[in-house]
Amino acid sequence: MLSNHNFKTLILAAFVGAVLTGCGEQKRYDQGVSDDEIKIGSTNPYSGPASAYGTIGRAETAYFDMINEQGGINGRKINFISLDDGYSPPRTVEQIRKLVEEEKVLFLAGTLGTPTNSAIHKYVNAKGVPHIFVNTGATKWGDPQNFPWTMGFNLSYRNESKIYAQYILDNKPDAKIAILYQNDDYGKDYVHGLKNGLGDNADTMIVAEASYEVTDPTIDSQIISLRASGADTFYNVTTPKFAAQAIRKANDIGWKPLHLLNNVSTSVGTVLEPAGLEKSVGLITALYLKDPVDPQWADNADMKAYTEWFNKYMPDGNINDVFNVNGYIIASGVARVLEACGDDLRRENIMKQMASIKNLQVPMMLPGIKWNTSTEDFFLIESAQLARFDGKEWALFGDVIGN
Amino acid sequence: MGGLHANRTRLILVAIVVLLACALPFVLSSYRVFQFNLVMVYAIVLLGLNMLTGFNGQISLGHGAFYAIGAYVAAVLMDHWGIPYWLTVPAAGVVCFVAGFLFGLPALRLHGHYLALATFALGISMPQILKYKGLEEWTGGVQGIVIVKPQAPFGLNISQDQWLYLFTLIVALLMFWLAWNLLRGRVGRAMVAIRDHPIAAEAMGIDVAAVKTLTFGVSALYAGVGGALGAIVVQFVAPDSFVALVSITFLIGIVIGGLASISGVIYGALFIQFVPNIADDISKAAPWAVYGLFLLAFIFLAPGGVAGFMRALWAKLVSIRARKRQRAQTLES
Repeated sequence: MLSNHNFKTLILAAFVGAVLTGCGEQKRYDQGVSDDEIKIGSTNPYSGPASAYGTIGRAETAYFDMINEQGGINGRKINFISLDDGYSPPRTVEQIRKLVEEEKVLFLAGTLGTPTNSAIHKYVNAKGVPHIFVNTGATKWGDPQNFPWTMGFNLSYRNESKIYAQYILDNKPDAKIAILYQNDDYGKDYVHGLKNGLGDNADTMIVAEASYEVTDPTIDSQIISLRASGADTFYNVTTPKFAAQAIRKANDIGWKPLHLLNNVSTSVGTVLEPAGLEKSVGLITALYLKDPVDPQWADNADMKAYTEWFNKYMPDGNINDVFNVNGYIIASGVARVLEACGDDLRRENIMKQMASIKNLQVPMMLPGIKWNTSTEDFFLIESAQLARFDGKEWALFGDVIGN
Repeated sequence: MGGLHANRTRLILVAIVVLLACALPFVLSSYRVFQFNLVMVYAIVLLGLNMLTGFNGQISLGHGAFYAIGAYVAAVLMDHWGIPYWLTVPAAGVVCFVAGFLFGLPALRLHGHYLALATFALGISMPQILKYKGLEEWTGGVQGIVIVKPQAPFGLNISQDQWLYLFTLIVALLMFWLAWNLLRGRVGRAMVAIRDHPIAAEAMGIDVAAVKTLTFGVSALYAGVGGALGAIVVQFVAPDSFVALVSITFLIGIVIGGLASISGVIYGALFIQFVPNIADDISKAAPWAVYGLFLLAFIFLAPGGVAGFMRALWAKLVSIRARKRQRAQTLES
């Protein structure tokens, strides 16, 4: 006769057995996956004009080295193949085809650059290869209707601009805004976003716009003419070299507007120090990552784990380079998506998991900035927190803004 | 007799290479087919540049600009006016011929390094010209233009990659045949004479100015045809695809392949297509340093270019054979 205890055990065993066989049936793979490996492809400019970004690819690789040393994800090692495209679109096409057709990767993650990703946008969507954590801030990577296999990573330039617009509307509703922007799609995205955010007020609030070419030696004359417009708010959409020039020049000619600086140029080491730290006091920007240089995170658990990882897996890297944080977060994001996929490693499931992220707080993102996606919303990061430069560091203030 | 014999072997060799090239898309994966397609595109551009630099002695550091013009002509024609891809190739050639001819007119007054700098100015300014606001409606500005990949015609049961490869191969064979005819004829000899001794060439009655400008135009035409084919193969054009480095890469291609050599451009094209990938495989930290090492190795091991190296190898083989035959004959007698 079966005792009660044995009966329970029997039921439990049957249940476990059912679950196990169930799992066996659920193991569904597309190309690039086996029981002990997942192949992921990426391109980065390790050479060429944008090779400063190369460290991002090295950080991603280093992160997966750590994952693999810890036993991989659901028992599978990550084979992360990151190729050099030199920031040249034809080479990106070639390398991506190599990854998809020869290496047979399961998906692409963290491919860097706007022109380079534009070149492969159609190809990956025609092939049905997940093209996720696209590493640029252009707005076009969040278009699930037309490009269901592509999803961007960074806070889009437009969403960032909307945060500034909201701040202006809330705090300085009678602002007279002068805009300086780089004459390319990056600059135009920011200007568009601000105008969208200001809505009907845009025409009356924006009193001056000036642009520069990335090849211009200086932007002094633009700053002088912007000041002459009588603006009391300066929307500074420039890349690091020009941001430093703009901050210094505005200060030197005694222009003291409310100075909004885009996130691209917030590095203390490469922008604010050359511009002069005392001249940078009062700058406002939107942040969403933790900067390793920032002393306020020195005792933070995330930062300690980051530093430990960095010293062990990237001993030759520069820990002050915030680009490494970008790579670290992308790689940890990929790892989380794969964990969520379990044993169903088909491409459609990768996209399904990408599109069902809810309130995910990822290490090294600022506290409260959570990832959210849905089948209609292909923007991963949609919020940021404002910060004011106090002469030493970016002091966060206010709530996290955005969705 | 010996000349005839050598000619026949050369013909057989060319036939074998062409046959291999035809068979290639049916044995390799479509990614490799795509790579070899690019090799042929580069070979066409290098052939044009070699006419100018190798045969005529004019250095151009700006052929990337003509390559870009060709690519954009093809892209804009297809994108805006829906012109079929195969018509855009000759159109790009004609536009680039005119552009090259016009650029060649004033550039003629410049010699040697000065011409190199003038062409470099063209190459370095091209990406920005392509971004120019006034042209944005056509060029798409920094965003570039995405091109739809053509299907194989006549209901041929082959993939798009295979068809594009064969299409490029046909154009390449035509361009090589034209170049071969041009270079071994009167014009070709005039080009070489101007390179070797311009004053003597002029004294012999060669219209130096006309030949030089014409060479510049034809050379640009080749770059334009290559550019159009390249755009169709890659399916995308953007200013960032045509940075000044592209022009330098072309110059590297003809020097590595062999100056003033028609077959050399194939080796050069193989070099610019595959060596950067090999360098990337070897080192992620410093791919350009590896590339530099390859460059140095080629220059030291094959100072006359790969074509010169092959020629020397061939000559050695032939002389060994000839000596053997001679020895056999003396033994017999």
